[in-house]
Amino acid sequence: MSDQPLVKMRGVKLEGRSDEVWSPIINGVDLTLARGEVLGLIGESGAGKSTLGLAAMGYTRDGVRISEGTVEFDGIDLLKASAATKRELLGKRIAYVAQSAAASFNPAHKLMDQHVEGPVQHHVMSRAESEADGIELYRKLRLPNPEQIGFRYPHQVSGGQLQRCMTAMAMSCRPDLIIFDEPTTALDVTTQIEVLASIRDIVEQFNTAAIYITHDLAVVAQMADRIKVLLKGDEVETADTRTMLSAPTQEYTKSLWAVRSFERPKKPAVQTGAVPVVSVQSVDAAYGTVPVLHDVSFDMHEGRTVAVVGESGSGKSTTARCITGLLPPKAGQIMVDGQVMPADYRKRSKDQLRQVQMIYQMADTALNPRMSIGQIIARPVQFYLGLTGAAKRKKVDKLLEQIELEPTQYYNRLPSELSGGQKQRIGIARALAAEPKFIICDEVTSALDQLVAEGILRLLARLQDELALSYMFITHDLATVKAIADEVVVMKDGRVVEQGLKDEMFTPPHHPYTDLLLSSVPEMDPDWLNNLLAERGVDNIGDAAVNKM
Amino acid sequence: MIWFVAALIGMGAVAWGFRFAGQAVTGNAPKFRDMPYGVAYGYVLGAVVLLWLVWAYMQGRSADPAIANKFFFLRIAIEGFILFAIAAWLFRILGRTFGTAWSRKMFRSMPLTASFGILTILIYAIFAVFAGVIAPYGQEQIVPGVAANIIPGGDPAMGGNPAFPLGTDQIGRDILSRLIYGAQNTVGIAFATTVLAFLLGGTLGFLAATLGGWLDQVLSRMVDVLMAIPSLIFALLLMTIASVWAPKLGIPLTIFMVVIIAVIDSTRVYRLARAVGQNIVVMDYIEAAKLRGEGLGYLVFKEILPNATAPLLAEFGLRFCFVFLTIASLSFLGVGIQPPLADWGTMVRDLAGFVNFAQFAPLAATAPLLAAGAIALLTVAVNFVVDWMLHKSSGLKE
Repeated sequence: MSDQPLVKMRGVKLEGRSDEVWSPIINGVDLTLARGEVLGLIGESGAGKSTLGLAAMGYTRDGVRISEGTVEFDGIDLLKASAATKRELLGKRIAYVAQSAAASFNPAHKLMDQHVEGPVQHHVMSRAESEADGIELYRKLRLPNPEQIGFRYPHQVSGGQLQRCMTAMAMSCRPDLIIFDEPTTALDVTTQIEVLASIRDIVEQFNTAAIYITHDLAVVAQMADRIKVLLKGDEVETADTRTMLSAPTQEYTKSLWAVRSFERPKKPAVQTGAVPVVSVQSVDAAYGTVPVLHDVSFDMHEGRTVAVVGESGSGKSTTARCITGLLPPKAGQIMVDGQVMPADYRKRSKDQLRQVQMIYQMADTALNPRMSIGQIIARPVQFYLGLTGAAKRKKVDKLLEQIELEPTQYYNRLPSELSGGQKQRIGIARALAAEPKFIICDEVTSALDQLVAEGILRLLARLQDELALSYMFITHDLATVKAIADEVVVMKDGRVVEQGLKDEMFTPPHHPYTDLLLSSVPEMDPDWLNNLLAERGVDNIGDAAVNKM
Repeated sequence: MIWFVAALIGMGAVAWGFRFAGQAVTGNAPKFRDMPYGVAYGYVLGAVVLLWLVWAYMQGRSADPAIANKFFFLRIAIEGFILFAIAAWLFRILGRTFGTAWSRKMFRSMPLTASFGILTILIYAIFAVFAGVIAPYGQEQIVPGVAANIIPGGDPAMGGNPAFPLGTDQIGRDILSRLIYGAQNTVGIAFATTVLAFLLGGTLGFLAATLGGWLDQVLSRMVDVLMAIPSLIFALLLMTIASVWAPKLGIPLTIFMVVIIAVIDSTRVYRLARAVGQNIVVMDYIEAAKLRGEGLGYLVFKEILPNATAPLLAEFGLRFCFVFLTIASLSFLGVGIQPPLADWGTMVRDLAGFVNFAQFAPLAATAPLLAAGAIALLTVAVNFVVDWMLHKSSGLKE
């Protein structure tokens, strides 16, 4: 072992091709990684962190090229190396863990068959040895039932388990370097912890160097020895994790750190006897014969935000579908302003439909790609308010101003010409166009970067103050809940576990499940994961903690 | 056989040498260093085929008819290929220089195949629309006092007649005029049939996708039943029945043919429209529109249709080719477009016998191939354009 760095990238420039033109993605970034070191790469989407991570393997996606700079791995120049040399390195000494494990595994083969491919191809181990080693790795990654899990198909294990299987696969040849590309972004907080803890343990055990790409600062604080911040293809700063967290030098880094500080002032309590804007009353619902909701009841009052939190599959979105009438409940009813709403949306009057509006998680699929922004917003204006011609245009312009977009500039654009945050704003404008009292926000910020998400939250808060709107805010992110909610409803397995005012919910004593959720939210403190694991008992994280209840 | 094996082995050796020489000359550039042996072999094979084509073309131009006749069709194919490529290239330059900013941008990113396709379709369309003006004779006109000849070229030495550049058919009608009128009849009827098939299949497919439930089930099973019967045999059967009804009802048989082919082909359109529609219907913006209380018409025409145009347009091009070939086949079998109307399928059938002269009088054998070539050319052209549109709409780069 020499003391030269494992990965040395010097002045790397990457370019991407779109519409026949090469435009820069990364403008000359240096990166050095010592053996056994974990480097965190953070930045917003579009900052070029994934592209840079892949470039460290000497690989670029289609339509991307390395135009300048050098990439050395253990003294080998990857950009000049032959295809045969790279074949020897990739998979064997350099491995990659992708963001979406579900999309990266071949659904037609068993996990173990995919696991042994690398070692057998690279003649590192025989098939039998590799299988035995796979079981050992599964055990180390604390997967349940390690002897058997490899003989399942990818769809037969949960998302968090699949992500750990992929980490095991990356480890199968004992590589010197693993690149983790947002491995926990798609997971729930409670599952995320298990994956984080397993990845960190195994990387430490085998002294593997890693590049950990993420946009979540709290996660990177747990994982990395050193953090590099990227902004639009440029490096902002690099420092040790602790230094970076306690004393960032650059303005941009400070602004990233400050995002989580947004919090709304507390509102006065609801007057007793006030009629709730929307009231969900002992609703049971089922998809076909599979029951999803059991006796769900809560009220939402004027000008207030109710945050509905829980893991995926807990019935949050199903509740929203019951309120909108897309899924008529089996039992119970939905009241709006004290009036019982017909269960099926097709039986509701135009005015009843107008009162309940919805903003979706994925703005990409929520806006018709073939309609201009003006058409999208004008449709509900015309449909509900009956405005046409100049009056319609005036109303649309006003709505665009409300969501802080310049009307003349955006009126004729298509959704594909907007950024993610702007698209989400259009979704908000479309909901506002109906002049509703109540808006369901279904994970509206979870697909957005933190800075952009904060902008959306501030906008929603401002609109609530101006228009006395009520929000039902579906989310799994407790930081968002802290920022915007007045009341919190915690759901698990289709039941309301706990509900109450935000302050009550965030101060102990909690329901055990609320406690688990709250303690699973990563914090910026680099010792947070260690402390938490010590508290819960290392072999008793996640699954076990849930089962205990 | 031995020669063939020897040639393969020889090419293998040349391929190895080619790769080695490439590595040595370029100083081990990545292109040659990472070149698999199969790719090197492919280059050599390509070069050998190219050389053979050049040799065969020279043979085709030889003065000795015994040799030239053997390679006559290859010569025509090569000359045609080069001619079309140049025409397509010039057309693309034309498109890049004139027209609106939008059309210029479109021509800039267009491959040569697509510009060839568009040029060909344009020419066909012009011939079809202005057939009466362009064609020197009527489609059913038998020119009196002229000896029947099937030799194209109009060279009197070969037995041709300059007044009929492509010759006349066996009863003395001008083949050129009939080809031009054929564009009107065959292409026009195929176009009408395809439009009808799309109206029928597209509407029902979108309805099935949007409404789902029993309507979807009933329509889909009906389509399954129709698709289970071999389409050409089914069309033939229905056409035979229709040919009995047509005189009784006083409706031209062509109308029956359009409807029958449209219904059979609409089943394919239905499946595509339903599949595309189902992908769009699950989008959140459709849910938003439903929750807004929008009616079925708005959903189908304003929300779904604009997002389905790209695949439907591509399918339109393909379907047009199939309809066109079906009509030609039916005409060839004698139940399609009826004489004396000029139709390419019928023309191939009428002159088919002359193909037997190919070996010693290739010019005479081209008579039936002219109509067949017109069919093939349009089919290829439409497919080129469709490929290009698919490529554009799929959003794939490179």
